[in-house]
Amino acid sequence: MTESLVQARGLTKRFGDFTAVDSIDFDIHKGEAFGFLGPNGAGKTSTMKMITTVSPITEGKLSVFGIDPNVDGRSIRQRIGVVPQEDNLDQELTVAENLYIYGRYHDMKKSEINPRIEELLEFAQLTERKDSEVEPLSGGMKRRLTIARALINNPDLIILDEPTTGLDPQARHLLWDRLYRLKQQGATLIITTHYMDEAEQLCDRLVVMDQGKIAAEGSPRQLIQRYAPREVVELRFEEGQKDEAVLRLDGLASRSEVLADRVLLYTDDAEATQHGLHERGMNPEQVLVRRSTLEDVFLRLTGRGLVD
Amino acid sequence: MTSSTLSRSLRYAESEVIAYRRTWRGTVITSFVNPVFFLAAMGAGLGALVDEGSGQRLSISYLAFVASGLMAANAMQNGAGDGSFPVMAGILWRKNFHGTVTTPLGPKDIVWGRLIWGVGRLTFTLLVFAVIAFSFGALEIGPALAAIPPAILTGVAFTTAITAWTLTQKDGRSLSTLFRFLIVPMFLFSGTFFPISQLPDWLEPVAYATPLFHGVELVRKISLPGVDESIVTSISPWVHVAYLVVMSVAGLYLSIRLLDRRIRQ
Repeated sequence: MTESLVQARGLTKRFGDFTAVDSIDFDIHKGEAFGFLGPNGAGKTSTMKMITTVSPITEGKLSVFGIDPNVDGRSIRQRIGVVPQEDNLDQELTVAENLYIYGRYHDMKKSEINPRIEELLEFAQLTERKDSEVEPLSGGMKRRLTIARALINNPDLIILDEPTTGLDPQARHLLWDRLYRLKQQGATLIITTHYMDEAEQLCDRLVVMDQGKIAAEGSPRQLIQRYAPREVVELRFEEGQKDEAVLRLDGLASRSEVLADRVLLYTDDAEATQHGLHERGMNPEQVLVRRSTLEDVFLRLTGRGLVD
Repeated sequence: MTSSTLSRSLRYAESEVIAYRRTWRGTVITSFVNPVFFLAAMGAGLGALVDEGSGQRLSISYLAFVASGLMAANAMQNGAGDGSFPVMAGILWRKNFHGTVTTPLGPKDIVWGRLIWGVGRLTFTLLVFAVIAFSFGALEIGPALAAIPPAILTGVAFTTAITAWTLTQKDGRSLSTLFRFLIVPMFLFSGTFFPISQLPDWLEPVAYATPLFHGVELVRKISLPGVDESIVTSISPWVHVAYLVVMSVAGLYLSIRLLDRRIRQ
């Protein structure tokens, strides 16, 4: 049995009348990348804030490294690294100084911090910008610096709240590459995201959150297998023809999902489905065949798309 | 404050020192140059007229009067500056306080750390001011230096109280209102430039109630030894000390509580 670093039972967070996290259970093991996937407002960030001990627990049990955050948050914070959703780098400091002060906050000695800074700048590909101010850095660079900052104390657990939100695709891939490297080095990661591809790329195991509750749990592959057949045929019809066409799709796929702009047919054999369409003389404007993704899982579980 | 809180607060203060190495130029004007301008214009320039025309209503030179008052007023302005915009930056603009509390440091360490650094900087500012006032011939060097601690107490009272107030504000818009309607009027009417006995009778009690009045009186009673009641009131210096200490302690306590509530939701 692998060691459980974080354990939640009936974990609940309420703000007044609003229940942000509604009695959830999960276990995060040492060395895995664990994802919280869900749309904005699903309760992901509130959960992260409880794990990082920044937000008091309303109800239920949470233990991080076997420690109760309400009892000894400081001992937990000593051993974690946090990448918040919003950049909160110190704009008055340089790149290296931002790392240095966090080393000091963790009570590291200057002689320990300085070699670590070199290492982390290398890792974050910011060595050249060492003495640069933070402001002129690109969004991707700021993110990488924030990740480097979270690693200064060699944390046993790294918590990333929507690490790539707002980044362009190139910056995103570079960041994924860095996170993947951390994973390979055996780090334990907690990642929240509302991007399916991100969860698929990075997470060994994940929970899908919706309206404060956990809707499903498993590896990306398991979830896809359980909640979405292998392939998806996406159909687009000409203006006004969709409603009539939908009536004629019966029996072509194991499940269908009618969205505002297209129809999704879930099937284990896309070729057969396409063939069937043809046989019935249906002529969609566009046909796209793809593998099913976590997005389809989410759609199945909640009846809604993931990104607003 | 325990020794580990002290250690953490000092580590926080260290980050302020590092930032200051980059931003000190901006504070030089408000901390050093402005007070010197005031001393020159009000004390030396206006003072020459006042001394001539006052018919000996003041038993000391106007320059000495203004210099002692400015020492406290200067501390107030530094303290108010420290407790307002940088605090709003920490919680709202730069949000660096939010990052700090994910490390072993907590809200208490941030508040204490800022205060320690603020006192350090204020001490240096006041030291420079005391030396300048001495070189202007406004104050004797011994009493001028002795007045630094009471001036620091004035600054601390303002920093902590205004930090607490800032933490209750939703955004930065009210901060300039604070300066416009509280700090500037206090600067002008709490005894820095003229004895408050000159105020209309109905305004006098208001001036007595302001913290700056107590700071100015306290600094004056120490930096101008042996002055008579044409210059200062007969209120015991301990009353001023008590006022400013209570304000500091309450401000500190509230700052920690409010920062905690603001950050740890």
